[in-house]
Amino acid sequence: MPAPTEVNFASEFAARLVDGPRRLLISIPLAFMQPVLDRVATHVAKSRPEMFARLGPHAGKRFLIDPIDLPFVFILVPTAAKPCLSAYRRDEYPQHDAGIAGTFLDLYDMISGTADGDALFFTRDLRVCGDTEAVVALRNALDDFGNSAADTVLSAFGPLSGPAALAISALRAVRGNRRHGR
Amino acid sequence: MAGEIGSGANGYLRPELVCPAGTPAALRTAVDAGADAVYCGFQNETNARNFPGLNFTLAELEAAVGHAHARKAKVLLAINTFPPAGRFNLWREAIDAAARIGVDAVIVADMGVANYAARTFPELRLHLSVQAGASSPEAIRFYCQEFGVKRVVLPRMLTVGEIAAIHQQIPCEIEAFVFGNIGMMAEGRCSLTNYATGISTNMDGVCSPAADVHYEEDAERNLTTRLGRFVIDRFTRGENAGYPTICKGRYRCDARTGAYYAFEEPVSLNLSALLPDLMRAGVTALKIEGRQRSRAYVQAVVSAFRRAVDDILANREPALAELVALTEGRRETEGAFRSKAWR
Amino acid sequence: MRDDAAELTLGPVWFNWKPADWRDFYFRIADEAPVSTVYLGEVICSKRAPLFEPHYEAVTERLRAANKKVVFSTLAEVMLKHDRQMVDSVCTADDVPVEANDASALFYLQGRPHHVGPFMNLYNEETFAVLAQRGAQNFCLPAELPAPAIRALCEATQALDATIEVQVFGRLSLALSARCYHARAHGRTKDSCQFVCENDPDGLELRTLDGSPFLIVNGIQTLSQDYLNLIGELPELGALGVSRFRLSPHTCDMVRVASSFRAVLDRHITAEEGTDQLEALNLSAPFSNGFYHGKPGYSWIASVAR
Repeated sequence: MPAPTEVNFASEFAARLVDGPRRLLISIPLAFMQPVLDRVATHVAKSRPEMFARLGPHAGKRFLIDPIDLPFVFILVPTAAKPCLSAYRRDEYPQHDAGIAGTFLDLYDMISGTADGDALFFTRDLRVCGDTEAVVALRNALDDFGNSAADTVLSAFGPLSGPAALAISALRAVRGNRRHGR
Repeated sequence: MAGEIGSGANGYLRPELVCPAGTPAALRTAVDAGADAVYCGFQNETNARNFPGLNFTLAELEAAVGHAHARKAKVLLAINTFPPAGRFNLWREAIDAAARIGVDAVIVADMGVANYAARTFPELRLHLSVQAGASSPEAIRFYCQEFGVKRVVLPRMLTVGEIAAIHQQIPCEIEAFVFGNIGMMAEGRCSLTNYATGISTNMDGVCSPAADVHYEEDAERNLTTRLGRFVIDRFTRGENAGYPTICKGRYRCDARTGAYYAFEEPVSLNLSALLPDLMRAGVTALKIEGRQRSRAYVQAVVSAFRRAVDDILANREPALAELVALTEGRRETEGAFRSKAWR
Repeated sequence: MRDDAAELTLGPVWFNWKPADWRDFYFRIADEAPVSTVYLGEVICSKRAPLFEPHYEAVTERLRAANKKVVFSTLAEVMLKHDRQMVDSVCTADDVPVEANDASALFYLQGRPHHVGPFMNLYNEETFAVLAQRGAQNFCLPAELPAPAIRALCEATQALDATIEVQVFGRLSLALSARCYHARAHGRTKDSCQFVCENDPDGLELRTLDGSPFLIVNGIQTLSQDYLNLIGELPELGALGVSRFRLSPHTCDMVRVASSFRAVLDRHITAEEGTDQLEALNLSAPFSNGFYHGKPGYSWIASVAR
């Protein structure tokens, strides 16, 4: 599949929403995602440097963020000097100190402050492995972002932040229907 | 009794809703959701929720007090752990900072800390933390006499009737827990975490420190939780889980055939149904637990209790059904508050 | 080490022993155990207290006749009307020294010489100063205090004319609750317990799901499974300034336990020999000394004295 341009990606993103998040995102090449992830990391470092103080000794650790309904995983290394967010194919299973796994939307809602991480853990919708203290520190640091955490991530998409926000609310609608349809 | 901050037309005292704030963002969320007061702590062992990534720096607390006061909400600072000998300075500095920043009250547990605050800053309002474990009128009167304590946070072991009786026999206000995670052990008198991990709840401000918490999920998604080297519980696939807290673990003993929750099941306290009774028992302040929880939790619980209290004051039927989703194990209890059969 | 000043004491029995056994235990302690002070009194459950009342007078007389000081320990958790009456009556009797185990006892003891017990949160020098000023003369420290804090407390106490006592033997009290866990284990409640705790004179063992012995339940109290043993740390404790060493009673031979500790304090035997003697008791659980060394309470750190 040829590397899509940003505009093509945006329209394709929207067009595939009806198929659900998994089929949509399966087709995104990791090489395309990396520049966006770099922008997210730089943007967070610039706009909310106090987050790294909150992480304390856990700032240099490798966090595996595993959206279980997507074909790839992220590694987050939240150092103040040069925070790093990278995507890997699921089967690469990158080395990490601590891991958090849940559906893409549960993870996104936790970061954006609309879902409670503990409640997701109690219901087994969220899984934690490895260095539990690092996970707790990251969760608390992200929670202090206020409502700007998700906005910060979205605005890192630059000209695509509008379509990305639209895509997420569409995904949420799909999930809402599924959950209520159970 | 002091501290009455208005009342409803039906004779209920309007209680102060005291809400948790683990981070500055949670504090703003609680204030916006209708908290009359928020409580928080510094980023060190001086408070009983000394968790990684949580709590306030001096500058953050100063900004938070400004933010809350501008919106007519109070800020209560928890300095409610027990300084081990030789390390008292950290607690002394916390009291000094609280007085300088102008928090509305300090929540203390240790007699030495209470004494230092009372002698050095006579104008600083002192609340007695639940960690002091003052469970009888005489114990509460001791703290009032010695340190001029203005409010006691009652242990979660009393029935509403007992709370009402205590109210008649003490010279200070009562704050009672209405929602959140409850430990089964008498607060401030539990060394179980230290026994299993070497970290002391009383001295270090942590129960079940995350660094010693281990989750192991097998291929069938059975989840084993451990604290240090000890297995605390095991949940089958799909079964709601809880924190590995020793007093909520499952164990075996010779008096039982199978494993059982020897102390308590992983439930949360929810006294929403008893709110009218508590508001009649002479309780000045209603406390929501959960400084370690997210903004989403704070938003949901505080706004629900805000509506419920306002509904009761206005003689409307309060609705609190949605709160169960936020409770541990998704189950709730009225604990000791309804009946002493709980004991 | 101030050997000549070192006193061995016997803490209150925490378990629900048969009243006749309880009485005979203290008779034997009076006759044979090298302890200078004996703490009496029900500190765990006010429901049990009446069971022992018929024997208090005889036990107290026998202990005093043997030149042992008797101190009454108050309830550790005071909540119910009955608990409060118990504390009131012990604290207002003027012929017995009292050890306060909760703040309600302190309320009554203002201005009278008294002891402060291990269930009080005695963590720092500032707390000591407050309590000494109100009449406290002896402080028995919480079991979880590590050596550096004990050292700092001993230094601060020199100015206060008070003594410091440390538990050196017996299961560790780790938590108290409003709920009776003995009753719960048997499907009963505190009100309907039928004194089921009497079946377990050293407590009821809880094991983890993988079968490891973990905790001990005794009514509203939770204890360690292992037995605290600081016989190897006696010289160091003495050097820090601790002058009173408390043994917590169990069904094992407490006279032998007391004799071993006394012999080490008197340097008649080495700490190593003392440890060997205690190991020969063949207790049902291992020894621990982790709290003292700043480690998890259950751990056993080979003593520097060995």
